[in-house]
Amino acid sequence: MKTTYREAMRAAIRDAIQRDERVFLMGEDVGAYGGCFAVSLGLFEEFGPERIRDTPLSEAGFVGAGIGAALGGMRPIVEIMTVNFSLLALDQLVNNAATLLHMSGGQFNVPLVVRMTTGAGRQLGAQHSHSLEGWLAHIPGLRILTPATLEDARGMLWTALEDPDPVLIFEHGTLYNVAGELADDAGPVDISTAAVRRPGQDISLITYGGTLPAVLDAAARLAAEGIDAEVLDLRVLRPLDDAAILGSVAKTHRAVVVDEGWRSGSISAELSARITENAFFDLDAPVGRVCSAEVPLPYAKHLELAALPTVERIVAAAREAVGARG
Amino acid sequence: MGKADSDHARHLLHQMLRVRRLEEQCVELYSAAKIRGFLHVYIGEEAVAAGVMSTLAPDDAVVATYREHGHALLRGVPAGAILAEMYGHVEGCCRGRGGSMHLFDAGTRFFGGNAIVAGGLPLAVGLALADKMSGRSRVTVCFFGEGAVAEGAFHESLNLAALWQLPVLFCCENNLYAMGTALARSESQTDIALKAAGYEIASWSADGMDVLAVEEAARRAVDAVRAGGGPHFLELRTYRFRAHSMFDPERYRDKKEVSRWMERDPIDTLRKALETAGKLSEKDWKSIQREVEDEVKAAVEFAEAGTPEPLEDLTRFVYSERSPE
Repeated sequence: MKTTYREAMRAAIRDAIQRDERVFLMGEDVGAYGGCFAVSLGLFEEFGPERIRDTPLSEAGFVGAGIGAALGGMRPIVEIMTVNFSLLALDQLVNNAATLLHMSGGQFNVPLVVRMTTGAGRQLGAQHSHSLEGWLAHIPGLRILTPATLEDARGMLWTALEDPDPVLIFEHGTLYNVAGELADDAGPVDISTAAVRRPGQDISLITYGGTLPAVLDAAARLAAEGIDAEVLDLRVLRPLDDAAILGSVAKTHRAVVVDEGWRSGSISAELSARITENAFFDLDAPVGRVCSAEVPLPYAKHLELAALPTVERIVAAAREAVGARG
Repeated sequence: MGKADSDHARHLLHQMLRVRRLEEQCVELYSAAKIRGFLHVYIGEEAVAAGVMSTLAPDDAVVATYREHGHALLRGVPAGAILAEMYGHVEGCCRGRGGSMHLFDAGTRFFGGNAIVAGGLPLAVGLALADKMSGRSRVTVCFFGEGAVAEGAFHESLNLAALWQLPVLFCCENNLYAMGTALARSESQTDIALKAAGYEIASWSADGMDVLAVEEAARRAVDAVRAGGGPHFLELRTYRFRAHSMFDPERYRDKKEVSRWMERDPIDTLRKALETAGKLSEKDWKSIQREVEDEVKAAVEFAEAGTPEPLEDLTRFVYSERSPE
């Protein structure tokens, strides 16, 4: 069937609420408004205000309440409008959700799912455009998911709800309108492995979430130049699928990591380090990185675009890595 | 005072003394370097935990702060498991991963042990939300200090609890100092019950040095919450006799103030009242003391005899051992 990323996500929420009476959606404007990004549009009318629960603008309060509800036996899906606002709830995410199982010596699981948008590309300025999922991926105890495809948008939520531990799902804001074919019987997918989106022999382009479309475009352009790029979609930023990453690099001997976060202290820094630590002798070129410019994301369209990993920059980085063959 | 009442008062006296002696023991063990980390004792505030806990049912939930040994003990966590936790032993209530500030116990629905000021309030709101959505008549009680009322999480939690009419009892242990910051130096409005009332929450204050007053106020509140009356708020006016933690040189308050409050020691006060009323003989008191001494001694032996978790288990309990299919 023809669908969009937004509709796939909505179908996943509807399905979860129908499957399990403990599941409910809670967040800012998820109810009467239909969700800031219209993901939950119509669900309020369908399921009512108990299961599609509007909250005040109060991130620490409702994220913490989600943790408490999870401890109390519910299966909350908490929506935070954007990753920027999640900073107001970082205490609850980092000091409670991520730590309670360990601090309690294994007694208290936190089966919480938090969804939020991330990323730039819509001229929203610095306070609505950052990609901070790499920060959260720093935290042991959390699972970090970045659905980039319709299948993952449809399928990751249910698996996340089945996980006894807290799961954060980052939905890139530019993906919601992506349309395509999704199998009628599409359902839950695994949330522990990376996926090869385009097999190739000459270089591994490693990415996730919102930059996957640009990386696939770049791979198509490279193919026209005779460079056969493999595109690896990480899907899960924590715990990382080392086997898939190192397996791809062992095959292609070159890697460029594409990450919309800033280079310094980013998830791409972690990937680069892991590849260097574990696959140094497989490499024919230094690990390349295409990240966002180290500026708060500007509003002006040309400046914003210049700050982001574009197809041109990805192609250039791949050419450079391949050219390093000498 | 009838027989039932005096038996109950003696029980509360016993409960307060259990907390007092356990913590005096903790201080000794800390000084002897047997236990480490931060240690915040509750000495002087025992009437609050004893009075509130006595009103709860076994399936109610309790959320507490980093000054929570007394709450854990009176909620039913064995003294040995509490002390073993401070020793960092696997026999501790959190297998040595939590320590003094992070006591947890699933069996008694004791949800911490939260060392972030006001960090437990949203959790309590969520536990109450789960009960309400599931149609259960359980109560969640959340303890926190008056320092927490300056945090955003306090205001967000009270607002949510009132907005959604959740079955939660907020218990503010107002001991007048947030570490070394006196209430009047940190709050524009120092009447905390009034602040809570601003959220349309039924709230009142009680003398936190009088266990019977605390219990009466708590029982009224817990009954109202359980009956569907929405969130309630208690400000319990109390005082800690000791420093904030073992590292606190206590330069922010004078000794006279401390000794004035110590004259209102909740244990001495109740003991004297019972003696005056002829409801507590010297023999009764001795027997309570002996029972508490025995319990604490056994707890120390239990903790001493404990074992460290094997190092290969270091990374256990970061993620659950059961993963989704």
